[in-house]
Amino acid sequence: MRPHALLYTSFTTILTPAMLAGLLASAPAHAGGVTAGTLIENTATASYDEAGVPRNILSNTVVVKVDELLDVTLTSLDPGRLTARPGNAVLTFELTNQGNGPEAFRLLADPAVAGNDFDTSFRAIAIDSNGNGTYDDGVDQIMTQPQTTPVLAQDARLTLFVLVTVPQGATDGQTSTVALSAQAVTGSGTPGTVFDNAGVDGGDAIVGTTGAIATARGVLSNSVASVQLVKSVVLRDPFGGTGAVPGTVATFTIEARVSGSGEVANLVVTDAIPAGTTYAPGTLALDGSALSDAADGDAGAASGTNGISVRLGNVAVGTRRPVTFNVIIN
Amino acid sequence: MKPINKLILALAAATALAAPAMPLLAQGAPSPVVLSGDVKAVKTVTGPDGKERTELVEPSTIVPGDRLVFGTDYANKGAEAVTNFIVTNPLPAAVRLAPDADKALTVSVDGGKTWGALGALTVSNPDGTARPAAPADVTHVRWVLASIAPGVSGRLTYPAIIR
Repeated sequence: MRPHALLYTSFTTILTPAMLAGLLASAPAHAGGVTAGTLIENTATASYDEAGVPRNILSNTVVVKVDELLDVTLTSLDPGRLTARPGNAVLTFELTNQGNGPEAFRLLADPAVAGNDFDTSFRAIAIDSNGNGTYDDGVDQIMTQPQTTPVLAQDARLTLFVLVTVPQGATDGQTSTVALSAQAVTGSGTPGTVFDNAGVDGGDAIVGTTGAIATARGVLSNSVASVQLVKSVVLRDPFGGTGAVPGTVATFTIEARVSGSGEVANLVVTDAIPAGTTYAPGTLALDGSALSDAADGDAGAASGTNGISVRLGNVAVGTRRPVTFNVIIN
Repeated sequence: MKPINKLILALAAATALAAPAMPLLAQGAPSPVVLSGDVKAVKTVTGPDGKERTELVEPSTIVPGDRLVFGTDYANKGAEAVTNFIVTNPLPAAVRLAPDADKALTVSVDGGKTWGALGALTVSNPDGTARPAAPADVTHVRWVLASIAPGVSGRLTYPAIIR
């Protein structure tokens, strides 16, 4: 075998330039595989001895073109449930073109998912135009109908925002799911479905394992604080009893109880002076501390005509703030 | 064997020295051996009995992950036997050798510098260590036939998967 081994060595040397050409064109490492439109060309070479004379021949070159695979994935980028309040909320998603060719995707947001405690109202889908991962009002492009992404290159990702409004009626702790779906513009459906000549460079497009359609869900958890006002009265008549007679002092207590999640802002407790009674000046108090009757620097104001008003400002949940004042029965 | 041995050695030396002259040799008289390449796609079809089987079809629609079979038909149309017949096929960059390819197939994982069965080859890691070569590392396949008698033909194939 030794002569053969030598002979092979010499031919290997001759063939090396052709072989290197194959090596240098290193295969692209795309998630979706070889790019659509790539030509796969195969040529065999042969060497042999004819009557002791070495010869080389080439086969014909066979060429096949890689068609376009349609695949897409969509994921929620929100870290679990998003805390939201009645008003505007933003859910974040990421779309990836998992196919092997440039493709655009049509988007559809569905805020009315079965099982929702409440449904948000859909406002718009926006593209993260500045790529910072956060929705920037007036900066990130709002998509118009039909909501179609730009053409995305193979493996390209796009961050999308779904803008919704949480209704005022939603109560604390209720959740709502918002679904976003994306499907390839060229076509989608059962994996293996072929769209003739619809792919890159006039090649075919074929639906991949994802069906060229994807849906992701984001969940909003509504967080609201609610205020309950509990009013009570204690009577003390001029005779040391608790009768409601002229001259009886009625001490009203209005307790503001804040429950739910978070806090309430700018809470103001007001009450009118009951008919047939007269406000006892200087009796307004908050948390047991007196407040002046004048509408001045402190939190309270009281008068016979306007009743009482106490500004509590921002109040955290779990807080109880008693407001007290006295009136005298006429 | 001795005289032949010397002749081969002399030829090897001549080719090494006069490599540019090789194309001229190839362009001489028509080659008695012809090579004809083709490619088929492997499609899985479900027969009337409900069982799946594979068919070789014209590759009309092919995408990453699909399986192809590259074939080369050879035939000796001359009057004399040819010897030391070696067919070398660089793999197109867009495909990898199918993992179920014949384990005895002679392959190269280094661009055709060294050859052997895949199980006997290694690939260098970036850190200098070596790992066993995998089908995806194969850069070339090769077939060696000691001789082809006049009028004899045959077919060489390798299965590949689109990367």
